Amino acid sequence: MKPFTRFESRFVRLPIDNIDTDQIIPARFLKTISKEGLGDQLFYDWRYDASGAPRPDFVLNQPDAKGAEILLTGDNFGCGSSREHAPWALTQFGFRAVVSTSFADIFRQNALKNSLLPIIVPPDVHAELFRLPAEAKLVVDLAAQTLTLPDGRAIEFPVDPFAKHCLLNGVDELGYILQHEAAITEYEQRRA
Amino acid sequence: MKPRTIIEKIWDEHVVVENPGAPALLYIDLHLIHEVTSPQAFEGLRRRGLKVRRPDRTLATADHNVPTTDRSLPIVNQISARQIAQLEANCREFGLTCYSVHSPHQGIVHVIGPELGRTQPGMTVVCGDSHTATHGALGALAFGIGTSEVEHVLATQCLLQRKPKTFRVEINGTLRPGVTAKDVILALIAKIGTGGATGHVFEYCGSTIRALSMEERMTITNMSIEAGARAGLIAPDDVTFQYLYGRPCAPQGIEWDRAIARWKQLPSDDGAHYDKHAEIDAGSLEPMITYGTSPGMGIPITGVIPEPESIADPIERESVRKALAYMNLEPGKPLLGHPVDVVFVGSCTNGRLADFRAAASILKGRKVNPRVRALMVPGSYEVKRQAEAEGLHEIFRAAGAEWREPGCSMCLAMNGDQLEPGQYAVSTSNRNFEGRQGPGGRTFLASPLTAAAAAVTGVITDVRTML
Repeated sequence: MKPFTRFESRFVRLPIDNIDTDQIIPARFLKTISKEGLGDQLFYDWRYDASGAPRPDFVLNQPDAKGAEILLTGDNFGCGSSREHAPWALTQFGFRAVVSTSFADIFRQNALKNSLLPIIVPPDVHAELFRLPAEAKLVVDLAAQTLTLPDGRAIEFPVDPFAKHCLLNGVDELGYILQHEAAITEYEQRRA
Repeated sequence: MKPRTIIEKIWDEHVVVENPGAPALLYIDLHLIHEVTSPQAFEGLRRRGLKVRRPDRTLATADHNVPTTDRSLPIVNQISARQIAQLEANCREFGLTCYSVHSPHQGIVHVIGPELGRTQPGMTVVCGDSHTATHGALGALAFGIGTSEVEHVLATQCLLQRKPKTFRVEINGTLRPGVTAKDVILALIAKIGTGGATGHVFEYCGSTIRALSMEERMTITNMSIEAGARAGLIAPDDVTFQYLYGRPCAPQGIEWDRAIARWKQLPSDDGAHYDKHAEIDAGSLEPMITYGTSPGMGIPITGVIPEPESIADPIERESVRKALAYMNLEPGKPLLGHPVDVVFVGSCTNGRLADFRAAASILKGRKVNPRVRALMVPGSYEVKRQAEAEGLHEIFRAAGAEWREPGCSMCLAMNGDQLEPGQYAVSTSNRNFEGRQGPGGRTFLASPLTAAAAAVTGVITDVRTML
């Protein structure tokens, strides 16, 4: 895993609450046995019409979305299915952070394991972000745990300290668990 | 000793190690896998040259993609066929038990775990599927995980987890005729919202819960995730023990007695602390139905669709408007009498024997309305055999409903069982998300009784008029 670095980016606005992982990537695209190639299917049914043509009014199809690495969304983002295909699709499209007032538990866990940073901001900041001009840029600094607005205000956000450590240092969680092999064996013997 | 909840008791028992600054390493007793969320995890094991640590604690089945038509025929969809073949090949390579398409034990992963007696009180159970909470009905701490975590559990039988907060839901009262466990859980989700329990694990208690059968309890715990809770538990009692007794993988003989003694220690201690509380007066509930594209958008069957204008928050208001536009429904109007194209009875929420008995009680001696397609999809081959032994399939066929092979089917429409764009379904499944049952399809979530009533009349109906 590559270390997660500070970055500055424009953001895409999706002002809808309770966006479920079926919208992020519909179930029919989960028949794949690979992690790759999911970016084109991100938000498929909102992004394309029944014939497969892009819907011009959907944010991801607008010129501003190109190159944006931050997604700003409504409350409870990523609810529903546990599919890790959701963060795979988001990161393959190019997103590195999602900003909301809250995230569903399983999505948040899955995102952190794929270098996609879920950033929780208070409702007033959230509302303010939606009012910023289209060209506005935000700075995401995980080490400082801040989201910096165009006027220079740095908004602090919470992040699990272990997840932060793993993201900043590119630590692979499975590698960490495997270091506890002796403790796991001892636990199994104790309970046998 | 400080009083503990059942959640804390199971948690404490399973912590392998807890380093400062890091989440606990939690031991997993049972790992269920299926074809959709496991291929990339097995690929990860291969890349690192790892084995499955405990094949004896791992059980696989094919459920999401399987056709619910004649199983002697090849799977038409080549991509589905390849994913199922990949699961079978992975299980062969890593030495895992796999109940695939042709196994007599095949079924939805959350139906077969309990029915085989693999799920037991006090266990930690995980699966790459958000409805893993189902197993909590037996007093297990059971939750859904992503594919990275599937790989972690395959390799180490452990997961890195932060201790969840606890949420006690007290449900009291006697359910009135026509009101079921499904209506109780839809009422809870409508009350607290789809994110109401994020970061928490439910414990469901109260007189209503105690009076429910194990199958009904599974309907409740199954939908915990629809309120944001990763898990939901019900403390084991005599109903649990009677359900498990004699099941193929349940303890036997002296082991059974020992297990009972252990399981009786699990219920929460008096005075245990919970982080959140909610109450439901079950005696006052009506049958419930959803009108929107989130499971929290539920109303009593005789109710009217809420006005988005009354919502203060602009994003929430716009979200409800968007949902109603998708559903092509008008605020202020009732749902009763709304036409229905498809009725689906099945899924890990309502695909067990009791659910088909309920549907059959309405369909017996009646006919499915000619404009409705009614699909009855058992949750497992065991459910199918039991239902057929009671002649339920004859009732369904005589009524004009389809009696199909087991699988997830139209709950998430991966296997070809799906709505056409614009169609309306009354579905006993768990999610009414946009396109969940097929692109453009519209879902009303309800109980098997309410679904069967709609199958007969062709419109949304108060089943209490048909009892």
